[in-house]
Parts: sequence; structure tokens; C-alpha cells
Amino acid sequence: MLFLLPQMVASGLMLGFVYALVAVGLSLIWGVMDIINFAYGEFLMLGMYSTFWFFTLFRMDPLLSLPIQAMVVFMIGFLVYKLLIKRVVDVPGLSALLATFGLRIFFRNLAQFLWTPNYRFINESFVADKRVFLFDGALILGMPQLVAGIGSILMTLAVFYFVQRTRMGRAIQATSMDKEAARLMGIDTEKVYSFTFGLAGACVGVAAALLASFYPIYPESGSIFGLIALVIVALGGFGNIRGALYSGVIIGLTESIGGFFLGAEFKYALIFLIYLIVMQVRPKGLFGW
Amino acid sequence: MDNRWKRQRNLLWAAVVAIGVLPLLTRNVNLQHVLILFVMYAGLGEAWNIVTGLAGQTSFGHSAFFGIGAYAAAVAYWKYGASPWIGMAVGSFAAAALAFVISYPVFRLEGKYFSIATLAFGEIMMQLFKSWDYVDGATGIIIPVAPASLVNFQFHGEKIPYFYIVFAMFILALAAFVAVERSRFGMYLKAIKNNQDAAMSLGINPAKYKLLAMVSSAALTALFGSFYAQYILYIDPFMVFSLDLSLKIVLLTVLGGLGSVWGPILGAALLIPLSEYTRIALGGTGKGIDLMVFGLLIMIVTSFQPKGIIGLLGKRQPNLKGGASKDASTAA
Repeated sequence: MLFLLPQMVASGLMLGFVYALVAVGLSLIWGVMDIINFAYGEFLMLGMYSTFWFFTLFRMDPLLSLPIQAMVVFMIGFLVYKLLIKRVVDVPGLSALLATFGLRIFFRNLAQFLWTPNYRFINESFVADKRVFLFDGALILGMPQLVAGIGSILMTLAVFYFVQRTRMGRAIQATSMDKEAARLMGIDTEKVYSFTFGLAGACVGVAAALLASFYPIYPESGSIFGLIALVIVALGGFGNIRGALYSGVIIGLTESIGGFFLGAEFKYALIFLIYLIVMQVRPKGLFGW
Repeated sequence: MDNRWKRQRNLLWAAVVAIGVLPLLTRNVNLQHVLILFVMYAGLGEAWNIVTGLAGQTSFGHSAFFGIGAYAAAVAYWKYGASPWIGMAVGSFAAAALAFVISYPVFRLEGKYFSIATLAFGEIMMQLFKSWDYVDGATGIIIPVAPASLVNFQFHGEKIPYFYIVFAMFILALAAFVAVERSRFGMYLKAIKNNQDAAMSLGINPAKYKLLAMVSSAALTALFGSFYAQYILYIDPFMVFSLDLSLKIVLLTVLGGLGSVWGPILGAALLIPLSEYTRIALGGTGKGIDLMVFGLLIMIVTSFQPKGIIGLLGKRQPNLKGGASKDASTAA
């Protein structure tokens, strides 16, 4: 069985990069606004439906419509901030979290109302049913998974670059360090908040376009990603986007390797268990302090 | 302070008696059903409030205990033909034991790390029950119909017996909350919530008291799970272990007023009729309109009344300095 290990590591890595991208967006919201966003998986689901409709109505391949999906979900995030989160963002306590819980129920059932609970698939994309043979066939990867992994890590790196190198990115960093001080320095925190929500949306928009070509699309398809992203962000240490990347990879590897040895039905239980175990050693997250 | 407590106690008695009389005043089955769920959620809120409201540890995993109670009652009759009451006792004990086991690892974490750990725990339970053949995994359990009797915990079309059973559980949870709140134990919990390090320096052992709070809360929560299984007569892991259930308990308690004995009652009184009547009015099409409206209402209520109903009424708990808004800020 050990000869399968490289195979598992490779597919775990690809999956981990997707998780990392989803988690990085969540981590940004968490760091900047200190909000647990329970509706985040639903952003992903909406992005996947959007990808599906672009494919079905305009024959636009998911990879082609990827920038559009990033913008679509950016707008969803931006509007969610302006219409809902804005009212609760600085209220102490659990209000903001509960508002996102309401949003989660709303989005999920909106999708069910508009598009029925049936599974939908995109089967004729560029990458569909293709495989990549590496090292003389020692390593076989599904093209959709490979593209999703590579696309996700590129987007994640782009977000890192953006946060570290651009003016807006630095404003985001400053706000997450100290809101009041940032305000005193003339940073428009309101703008930072809404932009961060949009940027987090863009992250899942990209992830949605990448996942849509090999993942079933239905009203609850984002749910497990949202939950796993919460665990990844906590595992990496709150607000630490680098930590979210590394933890995402760890969780991807856990799912792929652990799922192989324990049985696929236990892979999610294992992910949540890994969190509980690792936190015993690092109670503030792997990269927290 | 003693006078305030007396007034508070009289008010509570009045409210409890009023709730207890309500189902007798109507023959409307829908209304009786709403009252049953209202009392059940209010009781769940009281149980959750012990850990989160008093001890300040925000749990997102209480559906784990609820689910254990539900499965224990269902399995007792379905597998062994035993009375669901025996299952309920076993379930409550199992939930308490499990709370005991997981408390040590999860209480080492603080704040949101703790909350996510409880969420992870709830998800693990769901995943395990989903793949556990002994309880028919994801298929769930249809509890076989038995002759209506108290021993069988089935009353078929009759709602009143169900109401008084869950009402008794609610009173138990309410009494437990008040007893804890007014005892030395409750004082320790509040001290831990306000400043754990300071509490420790005064000789309070936070691990011990948080564990006690969790164990009693879990045992109570499981009772309601058993009730729910017997009331609906069908359970599956997605229903009874769902994160949405855990969050609904959080929602109604916070909405009513976190850390106050009135919180779960007020929150459930607002939320459960809203959710049930939208379901009765708009559900049944299978299109999720009712839940869309419910989600929308949650967003409206949380964004317009972020301090809870109790903040709106200006009521304050005699033992809590600063009232509901401050509790909420420290519990996050």
C-alpha cells in the first residue's frame, strides 16, 4: 500500500490548496472584523451555481468564466457587508455571527427555491475526464483536480501579494492589527471592511469556478467547505493568513491519506479530530501566539 | 438584592404557571405543537445558558448531546423493546460522561478556539453516527409505533401529554439554571467568565467548575433529545446532530438575553412561533420558502436588536453587573 503514498500526497496537496484558498478568505474576514462567518460556505455554493449557469446558458467554460465568478462573488460579499454586516460589525457579542447564521439559512434555501435541491454537474469542461501522467505513470492526477490545486495556490499567492504589497492590502493589515489606530492614521476602515468582504468573496469565487468542473452543485455543496475552512483558520491561528495556507495543506493531506487508511466515510471526522488533537499542543493554533 | 430576587422569583413562578396553563386553553393542534417546541427550545436554551451564559464558554456543539439523547431513547425501544425512559436515562448519563471526557481537551482552549472545538466535536459525532451500522447510519431510525402509554412514551395524536413531559423537563432545566446561578458554584463560574486568571489567583479551579457546568448542561440537553425522538418518532444524524440545531439554541438564547434566566424563554417565545408559523404557512411546497423567510427574519432581528430582547426591556439580572450587553461582549 505504501507505493500509493506519493499518489495520496499529490492529491492531498491539490485538495489542500483549494482548502487553503477558501480558508484564506475566511481568515481575512476574521482578522479584520473579528467575525465568524457561518455563511461563507454558501458564498462558495452561489459561486458554483453562477459558474454552472455561465456554462449552461452561455457555453462558457468554468476556467474561462473564472474571472467573472471572482467578480460575481466579490459583489455578493461586498453587498452582504453593505446590507447586513455593516449593522452588526462593531456590536460586541454574538450578533454578527448570528446574522451570518441567518444569511446561511437564507442563501441555502434561496438556492433550493430557485434551482431545486437536485445535483447538477458540469461534464463537458476543458478539463473533464482528462488525466495527467507524471514520472512515467507513477503518479496519476485528474486534470480537474490538478488545475484546481494549481489555480488555488496561484490565487492564494496573489492574495498574499496583494495584502503585503498594495496600499489597500496594507490598510487591511493595519486594520486587523488595531482598528482604532488605523482610523487615527486616516484609514477609512469602513472601506477596508467592505473591501475585505469582497476580497474574501473573490477567493471563494475562484475556488467555485475551479471546483465546479468536478464537484456536484447543489444548495448544500458549500456547507462542508465552510465548516472545514473554519477549522483550518482556527488551526492556523486566527487572522493569520499564512497559517491558513499551511493548515489548509495539512488538512488536505489528512483527508486524502487518512481517508485512504480509515475509509472515506471517516475522512471528515478525522479532520475535526486532528483539530482537537493539534490544539492540545498549540492551544492558539499552529501559527498563532 | 434579596428583595429583587424575591420579585424575580415571583415573576418566574407566574411565567411558568402561565406557560403551563396555555395548552389547555386551546384545541388547536398547530398551536399546541408550537407550544411544545417553544418549551423544548426554551429548556435547551436554559441548559446551554449554564455553560455559555454563566461560565462564558460559547459552545457550538450542543447538538452532540441532544443527538445522543435522541438516539438513546430511539435505540432502547427499536432494538431492545425497552421503555424509551430507560433509553433517556442511559442517554443522559452517556451525554454527561462524554461531556466529562471531552471537557478536559476542549477547555484547555480559550474563546473562539474553544467554540470551534465544540463545533468540531459536534461534527465528529454526526460523522460517526452517519457511518455507524448499529444505528442504521445515514438512513436514520423510524421508531416503531407502540400502544399509547406513559411507559411507551407515545401518545399518538394527543399533544397534551407530550407537552407536560417536555414542560417538566423545561422546569428541571430552569431550576438547574437558577440553582447554579444563585449558588457558590454560579459565583465561581461568573468569576471565571469575567477573568479566569483572577479567579485562579483566588483559589478557584476553573477546569473543575467549567467541567461541572458542561456535564450538567450536557445531561439536561440529552433529555430534550430523547423527548424530541419520541415526539417526532423519526431521527437521523443530520437532524439531531446538525450544526443548525446548535446554532438555533445559541440564537434564541442570545436573542432573549445571554446569561439571564429569562433569555431562553423570551428568545424561544419570539423565534419558535416565527419559525413554526412560517413553516405552517409557507412550507409544504418543499421549496424552502419558509426557511428563506426564517433566515431573513433572523438577519433582521439580529441587526436591529443586537443586545437581545432583555436589553430592550431594560431588565437586569440581580446577580449580573452590567446587564445583558456586557455579558454578550465577554462571552464572544
